[in-house]
Amino acid sequence: MTKARGAAKPAPIRVLIAKPGLDGHDRGAKVVARALRDAGMEVIYAGLRQTPEEIVRASIEEDVDLIGLSILSGAHMALIPRVLTLLKKNGAGKIPVFAGGIIPDEDARRLRSAGVRAIFGPGASLDEIVSTATKLARPAA
Amino acid sequence: MTARRRTSPVPASARAILRGDRRALARTISAIEDGEAEATPVLRALFPRTRQVPVIGFAGPLGVGKSSLINLLVRHLRAQGTTVAVIAVDPSSPFSGGSVLGDRIRFESRPGDQGVFFRSMASRGAAGGIAAATREAARLMDAAGFDLVLVETVGSGQVDVAIREIATTRVVVLVPHLGDEVQTLKAGLFEIADVFCVNKIDLPGSEHARRDLAELVALGPKGRGWTPRVAGTSTTVPTGVEALWHAIEAHEKYLDASGERAEGERHRLAAEIVGLVRDRVGRELTERLERDPTLRRLLDQVVARSIDPRTAADRLDGVARRST
Repeated sequence: MTKARGAAKPAPIRVLIAKPGLDGHDRGAKVVARALRDAGMEVIYAGLRQTPEEIVRASIEEDVDLIGLSILSGAHMALIPRVLTLLKKNGAGKIPVFAGGIIPDEDARRLRSAGVRAIFGPGASLDEIVSTATKLARPAA
Repeated sequence: MTARRRTSPVPASARAILRGDRRALARTISAIEDGEAEATPVLRALFPRTRQVPVIGFAGPLGVGKSSLINLLVRHLRAQGTTVAVIAVDPSSPFSGGSVLGDRIRFESRPGDQGVFFRSMASRGAAGGIAAATREAARLMDAAGFDLVLVETVGSGQVDVAIREIATTRVVVLVPHLGDEVQTLKAGLFEIADVFCVNKIDLPGSEHARRDLAELVALGPKGRGWTPRVAGTSTTVPTGVEALWHAIEAHEKYLDASGERAEGERHRLAAEIVGLVRDRVGRELTERLERDPTLRRLLDQVVARSIDPRTAADRLDGVARRST
């Protein structure tokens, strides 16, 4: 079922921002959350040290249009595919996932082919992140 | 899909919610928030299936620890086998319309625990500490089978008392050193509490705060058979959560014993129905004032100061009544 948000005023995009894994650096995630908020989105900020299970559960309960994962620990190749697998398993495989953090090119290629829709490194601009996130959440708009 | 959904007496998503389907519940809450027409038949089908479960509202200033307290309360209730749904409301930006919903950070649940459901909700411009969709979302959670619903309001100021329109028990959460005892005499937030909770009692000054509240409570108002309880809690060194729950439970029992539950429900439903009509009429009139040429001229006249707003309102009201 696609969301027929055909009301007069477009409904805000709901996005989950979470940090899987054990690193404690959430400044990047907070900056992105703030930028998405300023772009009119409702950002569910799930915070640090989230397990893939918790992220998937939150995505379903919060009925998000989009998931952003921030990860700096180097454990991205274990954690991000696990989120994708669990989303599919729970019937939520259509929610687009993007990722940010320090992810080597080779890993980024593999994550993209596993289904991650966009990956942002340390040099990415907030404008770029916001516009990509908007397109991912509302492909038709 | 949409056509079948509209004609079916019980929409598929209503059946799914009754079965405990969490995605159906989550999506229907979004449909209510977004004002989608498809929410209406679901709400219609589920209303007779609601059991009027307790709705416990938590109000209080920013940063007093409402989220952490709710997290501990959920843990306590889950240990007893009680199933719980939570709605946590945070403000929307009046500028961008966006929101950062951060209450989930404090929330921990056992992996795979199906007995708890947590939903963050942006206020989307509603005043009073809750969102327009909060009441109906709580009702869906009731229909989905949760034993009770906890609602965390926007970190509120003195007049944010909308929670009284939906909650059966209102908990006002405070911390030590919020002000002198004159604060407790002021109208608004302090008047709606069925239970006061002084959180962060590990901080100095908590005895003072509890004493002030106890005095306030002793002063009245009279005329109600319930005297608000004062509980003390700490979430850093978890203390007092069980006693807080006992105070809430005592109030819920009082509602049944006194007959106030039925009375309160009737009062809240009356306000809800009137509110729904007011919203609808308001939307329609706003639209017509902008589109209908005659009504636009009416507005022009007010702008030009040739008639006053009250006179224009009488005319607009007349037009609205004729057309209905």
